[in-house]
Amino acid sequence: MDVIVCVKRVPDSEARIRIGEGAAAIDPTGVKFIMSPYDEYAVEAALRTKEAAGSGEVTLVTLGDEASQETLRAGLAMGADRAVLLAGKPTQDGLATAKALAAELAGSPAALILFGVKAADGDQQQVGPMTATLLGLPCATGVGSFEVKGDSVVCHREVEGGVEVLELRLPAVLTITKGVYDPRYASLKGIMAAKKKPLEQKAAATGDSRLTVEKLAYPPERAPGRIVGQGPDAAAELVRLLREEANAL
Amino acid sequence: MADVLAFAEQRDGAVRGVARESVSAAARIAPGLGAQVHALVLGAPGIGAAAADLGRFGAAVVYAAEHPALADYNAEGYAAVVADQVRSSGYAAVIFPATTLGKDLAPRVAALLDVPLAGDVTGLEVAGGALTALRPVYAGKAFAQVRLHATPALVTIRPNVFQPVESPAAGAVETFTPAVEPGNWKVRLVERKAAGEGALDVSEATVVVCGGRGMKDPSNWALLEALRDAIGDGAALGASRAVVDAGWRPHGEQVGQTGKTVAPKLYIAVGISGAIQHLAGMRTSKTIVAVNKDPDAPIFNVADYGVVGDLFAVLPRLTEEVKALKAKG
Repeated sequence: MDVIVCVKRVPDSEARIRIGEGAAAIDPTGVKFIMSPYDEYAVEAALRTKEAAGSGEVTLVTLGDEASQETLRAGLAMGADRAVLLAGKPTQDGLATAKALAAELAGSPAALILFGVKAADGDQQQVGPMTATLLGLPCATGVGSFEVKGDSVVCHREVEGGVEVLELRLPAVLTITKGVYDPRYASLKGIMAAKKKPLEQKAAATGDSRLTVEKLAYPPERAPGRIVGQGPDAAAELVRLLREEANAL
Repeated sequence: MADVLAFAEQRDGAVRGVARESVSAAARIAPGLGAQVHALVLGAPGIGAAAADLGRFGAAVVYAAEHPALADYNAEGYAAVVADQVRSSGYAAVIFPATTLGKDLAPRVAALLDVPLAGDVTGLEVAGGALTALRPVYAGKAFAQVRLHATPALVTIRPNVFQPVESPAAGAVETFTPAVEPGNWKVRLVERKAAGEGALDVSEATVVVCGGRGMKDPSNWALLEALRDAIGDGAALGASRAVVDAGWRPHGEQVGQTGKTVAPKLYIAVGISGAIQHLAGMRTSKTIVAVNKDPDAPIFNVADYGVVGDLFAVLPRLTEEVKALKAKG
């Protein structure tokens, strides 16, 4: 069974973010970049699907600059078979990204197209369902586990206050969240093999970005707080302050 | 002038609180656009009557798309009906809630209409007839002011940020039966399992009681549950990444960069040191309380009120004090 995974290169979630000159983008100096953690779950899910089926290929696709090759190699080291880099400038306009991906994926024989539920930079949570809509494919978002059954896939997704079970006809698009897919570590052998796996590069067909970042700013500073007290005896004063001063209880 | 449409989310036939937030957010930007506010609710026959109350928050018209097949959310059916409504009425902006449903629906509507979408927005402004949105990026480590160069401008708004404001309008309910073809849908809802009676999602709670590694063992969550129950309506449990990674709590409760970003009225961090990725996910909470035995824990840098001490001694007392306060009314 063939599976495609769309991934993105993002700053490490532990990284401190500094805003660059002109306030239109972050300053990447000294920032470690990784594959978005949700995309790692998706890669793991794809590898397990292929393993369970006993045949097929896992293909990684990303839209980004040259440095995204590193992200693709990381996924190949985990066990993906091949990768495609759609060379272009990443944009906050998720629909522009989705169009470039849909142009690449249209007509693909893959049974499943997986995404991370969101990219850990823009946090927009939109490229997966947009790509599915453009391709006319069914889509489930925020999937924590799934199982392929014949010509359909049964998905478990977290919703407010519960879990939904959805059945989708294949081919389908799923966006994966943290669930049962703890990503495997790349073995040394995997890392060596990744260097020889095919990585194709072509121009991305993004078109115009119609959502532009005018300005980036740091979050508003919080006024300095105070220590109410030490140990359990502080509880009464804390509750009084929450009621009378903060109006929060 | 084109109007502003607010998508009104319902579940099990009841209009959800976030629908009032969407309508109120629409009412806030409508004057600058010279627009009226319309609300749109989809559901089983009878949903229109349940949504009539949205007039109180500024909806001049409440469109109700009633069809038995729309009782439960279905992405394909909902996206087509919403896109049709937008196409036929030509809106300047469409506002969805950034809930699980809204974040699933809005991108599909955007793709059907071929317009961009700004997700999880915390601020909306109209200047010179154009809409700009403020949205957190890098899980709240920075905020981006973005401009949407298309009409309608589509946004999802973060729950708890745009407070419902009463602003009475006509609220005329216009019910219609949309053409839906469930036979063509490629997704089927097999079942929905409730996590617990009335369990509230951490992203929609007005009070979040969040536990970290300092809780030492999953069995100790009973202490946090007792505090949550003492606070009562609107309170939900959250968890740090460390305890979710350890398998103590479900990922649905995780607050932080690889979990949910929350903005409750009150955030109580218990036994959480305050890793940068956690702070990013909760720092826009209105009031932050931290209980930690380490006075140098970074969580105290963002906390309005801190208690330094053993949480196993502090929590029961805190719960007692909250109960006493609630008993007084």
